[in-house]
Amino acid sequence: MPALVIRNGRVIDPASGYDGVADVWIEDGAVRAVGPNTAAPAGAETFDATGLVVAPGFIDMHVHLREPGFEHAETIESGARAAAAGGFTSICPMPNTAPVNDNATVTSYIIEKARKHAVVNVWPIGAITKNSAGEELAAIGSMRQAGAVAISDDGRPVMNARVMRRAMEFARGFGIPVIDHCEDLHLSAGGDMHEGAESVRLGLRGIPGSSEDVMVARDILLAEVTGARYHVAHISSRHAVEMVAFAKSRGLAVTAEATPHHLALADDDIAPYDSNYKMKPPLRSRGDVHSVVQGVASGAIDAIATDHAPHPGSEKMQEFEKCPFGILGLETALGLALENLVHPGKIGLGHLVRLFTTGPARILGLDRGTLSAGAPGDVTIFSTDRTWTYDVNKSFSKSRNSPFDGKTFRGGPVATVVGGRIVWQA
Amino acid sequence: MPSREDGRGLLGIENLTRAGVQAILDRARDFQPAAGKSFPRFDLLRGRMVVNLFYEASTRTRTSFEIAARRLGAEAVSITAQASSVSKGESLVDTLNTLAAMRPDAIVMRHAASGAPHFLHRYLQMPIINAGDGTHEHPTQALLDARTILDRGAKLEGLRVAIIGDIAHSRVARSNVYLLSKFGANIVLCGPASLLPPELAQLAPGVTLTTDMTSAIRDADVIMMLRVQLERQHEAAFPAGEYFQFYGLRLEHLRLARPDVIVMHPGPINRGREISSEVADSQRSVILNQVENGVSVRMAVLEQVLGGEKHASTGH
Repeated sequence: MPALVIRNGRVIDPASGYDGVADVWIEDGAVRAVGPNTAAPAGAETFDATGLVVAPGFIDMHVHLREPGFEHAETIESGARAAAAGGFTSICPMPNTAPVNDNATVTSYIIEKARKHAVVNVWPIGAITKNSAGEELAAIGSMRQAGAVAISDDGRPVMNARVMRRAMEFARGFGIPVIDHCEDLHLSAGGDMHEGAESVRLGLRGIPGSSEDVMVARDILLAEVTGARYHVAHISSRHAVEMVAFAKSRGLAVTAEATPHHLALADDDIAPYDSNYKMKPPLRSRGDVHSVVQGVASGAIDAIATDHAPHPGSEKMQEFEKCPFGILGLETALGLALENLVHPGKIGLGHLVRLFTTGPARILGLDRGTLSAGAPGDVTIFSTDRTWTYDVNKSFSKSRNSPFDGKTFRGGPVATVVGGRIVWQA
Repeated sequence: MPSREDGRGLLGIENLTRAGVQAILDRARDFQPAAGKSFPRFDLLRGRMVVNLFYEASTRTRTSFEIAARRLGAEAVSITAQASSVSKGESLVDTLNTLAAMRPDAIVMRHAASGAPHFLHRYLQMPIINAGDGTHEHPTQALLDARTILDRGAKLEGLRVAIIGDIAHSRVARSNVYLLSKFGANIVLCGPASLLPPELAQLAPGVTLTTDMTSAIRDADVIMMLRVQLERQHEAAFPAGEYFQFYGLRLEHLRLARPDVIVMHPGPINRGREISSEVADSQRSVILNQVENGVSVRMAVLEQVLGGEKHASTGH
């Protein structure tokens, strides 16, 4: 593979603190050098990044690739292509496949499939409990050995606090974080959208903010008891953000991610009974959205993750209460993050890049998220001002469930480089 | 988002204008039967066909729509979910598309899912009349309730209306709140706190909430009792044995209300659960007038939807 030189872009590498116009020289799959006027080696491919931002490859620590088991909705290959088109060079699929990724065989299958078919890096997340049933611990150690980078029973949260405590203790021994989809299933049972004025108006059953809050509270207390690294998935409520900030202030290893849609939309943005607005946690109140944005700005929230959740049309084109939860996220993530965080001045570009790179890399302990010499040659090249319109029918995903179809963005991914190879270009 | 705002059908009261509601209520009077007579026959919708598609059990609403269609000269076909291909696993959209291919002029639809007709409205050109969607709206019920109140000679403006029962799960309550509010009525919603989310006060202007039945009824011009909907209770939101004691309407309550108070109930009533037999059968009860007005009001709605004459705008 020839060397690649990305010329003349604004290189932002939060890990090293670098922020300036420079060239990035990648050779043999790794970053060789970053600096102005790099002497291109003979035969090197060049990419003109003038006017663009050149950042370490983005990491999405929360996606659903649906393989094995639900290949009609997404595959590792299609999901990876969608990731590349969203500027992501690494993605972490949640274990809710069929079979559930609760043992090393499934973990290895995913990694092997990804090695053959995925254009981006795939780092699987294993289950906390067998079959994510919340009762017996999964084969956490051997999944870790096979390449799992974290454990989570995403979507089927561990309701038994004792089981969660044991999982945290065990995971600590392997140095991996426990990621929780925080939802008290008794409080949320039967709910279809955030509990509030909109759910009352639409006559839909509510998912109260408290169903998230009580689990975040429980988990933080358990994280303190166990000393585990604990990560809150798709944080969406004001109190949850406050509690994570409190846990950080106590020095606990507690982190959190926010999805782009929870930064962008509130419950009163829901087109009535349109299932493309149905996900968990649900789109919450304006005040909650404000708190999540503030949580990102203040540093309480460490990462942006999409919770990319493909569902085929046959499942989404139904009565609202019958539809499954979840929306696509990979291809619109950067556009939404720019729109809701950077353009309104909530955070600077450097902070944005951290949320997509060093943030998730540190949580998961990945050797990614930096352009320092010797680091893997994963690069995300993006624009902060080019306008483009999302057409979900042209998505690389096999599914079409996005509320952002037809939306025009200012800024977004331009090219994605994985291991020194351009895998996607706008 | 593919959303058409062309006034097809009748999805709810929320997005109707006051004038639109008034037009239906006025027209319904023309269809009321003379004392002791049956409903007059008209030829206004001859050659038109209405499909009644009921995914939930219903006696009065379905029969009432059928009679209304026939009295206007239209044909009416009724389908219940149990007897249809729904039981073979067909999706709602496919069922509706199939029915639409048979070219009825409108579909009257009841469904247990809130928003089911609104969801279909995005995909189908055919007018849909909402005959009750989940815990959302039941527009023709509110229209017939308003017609019944007006028949008593009252004006809606300034009227004190107490709606009592399982408000959280009531489509009747929501549609009535929207309608009465448009006309400046004062609406008191009353029920156990677990069935009375505070956000109900934001539904429309003029709404207040109370968990105390006596304060809801005091000086009321109209008392609307709601059925305790055990089928929509996904958990025990109140101790079942205590319901009648605290939220059941009894004769002694009526003394607190205005002397000419009327008692309404969308039916079917549960005697001894939310309303005592004595009240249900009392002179103050207009429950059967409501049923009668159901036909006249639905005639007015069908005429408006099928007759090509648009009085009101609907839809989101």
